[in-house]
Amino acid sequence: MSDPLLDVRHLTVRFGETTVLRDLSFSVQAGTSLAIVGPNGAGKTVLFRCLIGALPYEGTIAWAPDVRIGYVPQKLDLERDMPLTGLDFLRAHAAIGGAPAADVTRALSLVGLGDRVSRRSIGALSGGEFQRLLVAFALIGRPNVLLLDEPTTGVDEAGHERLNDLAHRLQEEQGLAVLLISHELSVVYHYATHVLCLGRGEAHLGPPETILTPERLREVYGASVAFHVHDH
Amino acid sequence: MITDLLVSGAMAVAAGLVGCFAVLRRMTLAADALSHVALPGIGVALALHVHPLFGAVAMLAFGALTVWALENQSRLSTETIIGVVFSIALAVGSLTASGEELVDALFGGAAPLDRIGALVAMAAAVAVSVFIVRQRHRLVVALVSPDLARTARVDPRRLNLLYLQAFALTVALGLRYLGVLLMGSLIIIPAATAKRLSRNLTEMLVLAVVIAVAVTESGTLVAAWLGREPGPVIVILGGAVFLASLARSQ
Repeated sequence: MSDPLLDVRHLTVRFGETTVLRDLSFSVQAGTSLAIVGPNGAGKTVLFRCLIGALPYEGTIAWAPDVRIGYVPQKLDLERDMPLTGLDFLRAHAAIGGAPAADVTRALSLVGLGDRVSRRSIGALSGGEFQRLLVAFALIGRPNVLLLDEPTTGVDEAGHERLNDLAHRLQEEQGLAVLLISHELSVVYHYATHVLCLGRGEAHLGPPETILTPERLREVYGASVAFHVHDH
Repeated sequence: MITDLLVSGAMAVAAGLVGCFAVLRRMTLAADALSHVALPGIGVALALHVHPLFGAVAMLAFGALTVWALENQSRLSTETIIGVVFSIALAVGSLTASGEELVDALFGGAAPLDRIGALVAMAAAVAVSVFIVRQRHRLVVALVSPDLARTARVDPRRLNLLYLQAFALTVALGLRYLGVLLMGSLIIIPAATAKRLSRNLTEMLVLAVVIAVAVTESGTLVAAWLGREPGPVIVILGGAVFLASLARSQ
């Protein structure tokens, strides 16, 4: 097996007296998808923020030297009247990384955002439109790993399908690794190569069939969790 | 007079550009309070018989570092501490300076500008303007989300420190014209007006510069005609443009 794209060893994160993540170890290979599930407060977003270097931690996080990370955060609080258009925002990212202007057009087309929407102020976009803009932002610079923190929050049903399909397509066709935080267990079951389940007690890692069992979910969530397995 | 107009124009360009990101980052209160920090520096410099600008620059650089350090302390209420610390700075400053010196420091006083002083001021204004223009993409992404900036290989903490130092330098540049109390207004008012009238970032940056330069130059000329100090006239003109923008956008 080739060197992993991401190797996490003995990761522990503490906020004061509270330990949010304890001795967590896992690795991610290129072209695979890892879904991270668990109840609120389990440390899923904290894990992502450690992976991008935004939080202090104990242990090691080793990315492959050629890694290019695309990140979609869970929620951003923006002023409604900010004179910054979606295009301004995407072009800024392209300019920082020296990406060609065509990357912006490609990213907008991949997430299905039209010219009219991209020229509106980002504060005036609907929740779903803004979420798609964040995905477009993550795709600029041709990343080889995507970190998606509940990317479909606030997105309508059609948008859900589109974003889930897009992540899956990028993973299959372009060999991206996808790390996805999601509460949609049916989507996780269908798309993820591996599942990392965080919650009460120790973390569990494995293929969806062995992790997303009723017993395990009850143990992690503290209650019965039902989900529907789609036949696509 | 021509040198004065050139230097104040360059200072206004820097103020317009720096102000855009101060307004977008919602740090207008911190920005205004930071400019007050110059006062104790001026007072100490006068007491030591050093050029007051050196004292102001040193204190402003220190003040910017303080704001930066406070912003990185998420458990503290930055606005509250800024309110306390910078009010104390104003009080200390008013004790260390007195009389006409204090009035000049607070509201600006047109001490003669020699050739070297003018060149240094122009160079500093150009440096600040180039910094903002070149870093605008990084500043925009860090403004929307520091976490996204990290994934674009931008260090938001370092960028923030550089921005605050550029802000402090801009305040120092304007002290001669507007003083400690009014300089924050020249940074904030043109940018706040431009924000109301702009549809995108480029428009906002250009409009803020145009407004800042227009009110500074016309204010300087009107003040000379009235035989008054330019600072209050510049700020009143800026305020009038802001009020006019409210009427237009309604």
